[in-house]
Amino acid sequence: MSSPDTVARAQASPGQPQPFAELGLTEAEYGKIVATLGRRPTSAELALYSVMWSEHCSYKSSKVHLKQFADKAPSSSALLAGIGHNAGVVDIGGGYAVTFKIESHNHPSYVEPHQGAATGVGGIVRDILAMGARPVAVMDALRFGPAAAPDTRRVLPGVVSGISFYGNCLGLPNIGGELDFDPSYAGNPLVNALCVGVMRHDDLQVAAATGPGNQVILLGSTTGPDGVGGASVLASAAFGAAGGEGAKRPSVQVGDPFTEKLLVECCLELYAGGLVVGIQDLGAAGVACATTELAAGGTGGMAVRLDAVPLRDASLGPPEILMSESQERMMAVVEPDRVPEFLAVCAKWDVRAAVIGEVTDTGRLIMTWHGETVVDIPPSSAADGPVYRRPAERGTDAEALAADDPDALPRPVDGAALRADLLALIGSDGLADKSWVTDQYDRYVRGDTVLAMPEDGGLVRVDEATGLGLALATDGNGRYCRLDAYLGTQLALCEAYRNVAVTGARPLAVTNCLNFGSPEDPAVMWQFAEAVRGLADGCAALGVPVTGGNVSFYNQTGTTAIHPTPVIGVLGVHDDVRHRLAIGFGRETIGEPGAAGGSGSSGAARIVLLGQTRAEFGGSAWAHVRHGHLGGRPPAPDLDAERRLARLLAAAAAAGLLSAAHDLSDGGLAIALAESCLRGETGCTVRLPGDPFTTLFSESAGRAIVAVRPGADAAFDQLRADHEVPGAAIGAVGGDSLVVEDLFSIGLDELAAVHTGTLPALFG
Amino acid sequence: MLWHGDRDLRGVDAAILPGGFSYGDYLRCGAIARFSPVMSELVPAARAGLPVLGICNGFQILCEAHLLPGALTRNAGLRFITRDLRLGVENAQTAWTRAYQAGQQIVVPLKSGEGAYAASPGTLAGLEASGQVVIRYASGNPNGSAAGIAGVCNAAGNVVGLMPHPEHAVDGLTGPSADGLGFFTSVVAAVVG
Repeated sequence: MSSPDTVARAQASPGQPQPFAELGLTEAEYGKIVATLGRRPTSAELALYSVMWSEHCSYKSSKVHLKQFADKAPSSSALLAGIGHNAGVVDIGGGYAVTFKIESHNHPSYVEPHQGAATGVGGIVRDILAMGARPVAVMDALRFGPAAAPDTRRVLPGVVSGISFYGNCLGLPNIGGELDFDPSYAGNPLVNALCVGVMRHDDLQVAAATGPGNQVILLGSTTGPDGVGGASVLASAAFGAAGGEGAKRPSVQVGDPFTEKLLVECCLELYAGGLVVGIQDLGAAGVACATTELAAGGTGGMAVRLDAVPLRDASLGPPEILMSESQERMMAVVEPDRVPEFLAVCAKWDVRAAVIGEVTDTGRLIMTWHGETVVDIPPSSAADGPVYRRPAERGTDAEALAADDPDALPRPVDGAALRADLLALIGSDGLADKSWVTDQYDRYVRGDTVLAMPEDGGLVRVDEATGLGLALATDGNGRYCRLDAYLGTQLALCEAYRNVAVTGARPLAVTNCLNFGSPEDPAVMWQFAEAVRGLADGCAALGVPVTGGNVSFYNQTGTTAIHPTPVIGVLGVHDDVRHRLAIGFGRETIGEPGAAGGSGSSGAARIVLLGQTRAEFGGSAWAHVRHGHLGGRPPAPDLDAERRLARLLAAAAAAGLLSAAHDLSDGGLAIALAESCLRGETGCTVRLPGDPFTTLFSESAGRAIVAVRPGADAAFDQLRADHEVPGAAIGAVGGDSLVVEDLFSIGLDELAAVHTGTLPALFG
Repeated sequence: MLWHGDRDLRGVDAAILPGGFSYGDYLRCGAIARFSPVMSELVPAARAGLPVLGICNGFQILCEAHLLPGALTRNAGLRFITRDLRLGVENAQTAWTRAYQAGQQIVVPLKSGEGAYAASPGTLAGLEASGQVVIRYASGNPNGSAAGIAGVCNAAGNVVGLMPHPEHAVDGLTGPSADGLGFFTSVVAAVVG
C-alpha cells in the first residue's frame, strides 16, 4: 500500500499540483479550500471538498433561490421538521407523522438504466429511514425521449426493471407517479423517485453528532469502488455531445435491495430500543457527506479512523473511501455504553457494523489512516459550500415561442374529426395506458394500498382502526414550463394538489424535484429562478409549505437542455380511507341507494364538470399530438379556485355524495371521460355545454369531473354552491360507449384497444 | 411469527411461508431459504401432516425443499407482473381450500417475476390424475405456467403452494375482492376441528 498524502506532507509540499479540475472544482473553489485550511488540501481532503462542493451536494447555484421556500412559506401547524433535514416531517393527526421526499437519479439512469434507477429508489428510501420513519410506499416520475425512439427502448425497460427489482424486493408498494415522453428528454431521461414513511411523533430522529465521546458507527454494506465521484463528476456536469456515456460508466452504483431491507428493519429496531443519538444515510458523497454533515449538525467535532471502514476492495485508499457511493449504508452516533446492544441488534439482522470514530469537541473533523492524519478540517466549511448567484436571462426564443399561438392551428370541424382527435390522444405515448410499466411494480405489498396507479393519486391506509390515511401525487409538465416556467410550475403544483384532493384527501405539504439543464446557461438559470418563484408563490397561496426537495441540473446534452421539468409532489391526509374517491365510472353506482339521499333512489349517476373552461391550448396535449406544436401561453392557474375545489371534494367525499372523481389535465375533458369509462368499464353519455372542441380538449386548470350518486344531486349542488365552485351537469354514467350527444360515440372496446395497445406494441 | 434462524416451530398448528424475496433471491428464488435453520424442523413436520401454505416465494421455497413437486421459473415475457386474476379452485379438499367449492371462481392478485410453474410431463399427468392441481388461472395464462397451474398440493393435501396472493384479497378496500379469505378460514377450521 502506498503511503497516504498526510496533513504533514501537505504542509511540507505546498506547491504540489493537484487534480482539482478533474474532480470538478474550479480554480477559485480550489483557492478557497487552500485559504480555509491555510495550506494545500491532502488528496483525501480534496476528494472530500470536491464531492461536498459539487452542485449535486452543495446546491451552490440554487441555494439563493430555494431560500424563498422558507421565506414565503405559509404558516402551517402540520410541519414538524422542514427544509434542511433529510426529509420534511408532517403531522397527520392521531399521533402520526409522515415524512416524504422526491429525488432525482437522472444521470446514472441514462448511463446504466437498471442499476441507476434501482439505486435511485434505494437512496430515497434511506433518506426517509434516516428521519426515524418506516418507509411505506414509493412513487416514480419518469420522462423519456419519444416512445418509438430506439434509445428509449434501451433506457425505458431498464429503468422500469430497476425500479421494479429494488422496490419490490424491499417490500414497498409503488403507488403511482408519472410517465411522459418528449424529444427534449431523448439524451437526458428523468428518473425521479419518491418515498413516504410513517412514524409516531416521538420517533423523529436527527442527523447530528452530539455528545463528545459518543461512538460513530458505520452500518450496512461494505464500501467499494462503485460510484466514486458520482455526485461530482456524473451528476454535476452535462453529458458531452458524444462519448460522454462511456466516460461516465464506472461511476454508477450497484444496488443490493435485500441488504437495504435488512438495514431498514435493523434501524427501526435500533430506534425502538432508543439506541441511536443521531443518524444519517449515506447517499451521494458517501462517508464524506455523512461525517461532515453529522459533525457540522452536532457538537462540531469528530475523529474518524478511515482504516476501520469495512471494505469490499482492500486496495481503496482514503480519497476513494470518502467518495465511494456504495449503497445500503447508514452512519449512527451511539452512546459508548449502548454500543454492545447496538451491535447485537445489527447481528440479529445480519447487518455489518463497525465503530469508525467518535464525537469530539475540537470543532475539527479529523480522519486518520493507520495512525496518520489525512483530513483535518472545520466540518462546516465542507458542509456549507460555496454560493453562486449565477446570471439569469430570459431565453432569446421566449418571445417568439409565446407569440406562436395555438389558435392558428387547424381544428377538428365535425363529430368525426373530434372523435378521431380523441382516439389519437388516448393512444398517444404520453396518454396511453401505462400498465406495461406499472404492472411490473408491486402495488399491494404491506396490504394497506387503497389507491394506486392509474388512479389520480396514491392512497395508503395508516391506521386500520380509524381509517386515517395518506394521499400522494406527483405532477410535472415540461411543455407548460418551457412556455412559462413560473406558470408551468404553478400548474404542476395545482395538478398534484388537485390529484390529492380528488381522492377525498386534504393537501398538506409539498416536495419537489427540480430538473433543469445547465445552470451555467443564463436562459436555463432564468427558467430555474422563475420555477422556484412560481412554486414558492403557489405554495403560499394554497397554504401548503415546501418541506424539502432536490435539484438536478446539467440535464442537457451539448447545448440542448431538457424542457424545464419541476416535478411537484403533494402529500395529503385522508381522514377515512373508506370514503376514498376513485376515477372509474362504476356499474355499482347505477341504481344503488344514494348515500345521502336516503334509500330507494335509483337511476344513473349524474356527471358534473367542475370549474371553468376557457379556450387554453398553449402546451396542450392536443397541440402536441395533433400538430407537434409547442407555443403560446400555458393555461392560467387560479390558486383560489383550486383551494375551493379541493375543499368541495373533501367535503363531498366525507358525505358520501360521489361515486367517482377525476381531475382534468392533459387532453382535458375528453381524456378524463375516456379514462373514467375505461377504469370502471362503464360508458357515459354527455352533452357539451359550450363549443365542442374547446369543451373537450382545452386544458384549463382547476377542473374535475365527478359522478354524483343517484339521490345525492340536491345535496351536492348545495355543497358546490357553499364552496363557490362553478359546475355544469353534462350527462350520466351508463352504457358500453362514450357518447357525446349529436357528435360521436366510441365503444369501450375500441377505446380500450387504442388506449392499451400503444406501449406493448413498442416494448413487447 | 417464526424466526428463520431458529430450529423451532414453537408448537404452531399450521405454518404459512409468505411471499417476499428471501435472501434477495439473487440466486434461484427460494434456493437459499430452503436451507434456513427453521426448515430443518418444518420439512419433517409437513411430512407428518402439519398444514403448510406457501405463497409466491413461499411456494418457491416449498418446491426447492421438495415438499411440493415441480418448480417455478421466470415468467414468459421475462418481466415481473402484478395483475388481478380470475382463478378457478379445482381442489376444495385440502387443509387450505375447504371453504371453497370445487369449480368456484375467485379474483386474487398475482405479483411475481418467477411464477411460471414447470414440471415433467409425467409429474404433470400425475398431478392432474390425483387432483393435486389446487387452483388454475381461469382467464388466460399470465406467466406461461404449465397447464395454467397457479397452485398445487402434496398428495396428502396438507401442503399447498400458490403463486397468487390471497392475503391481498381479504378486503375490497385494499384488494380487488375478499375472495382470498377462504384460504385462511379453511385452515382455521381445519386446526380448530
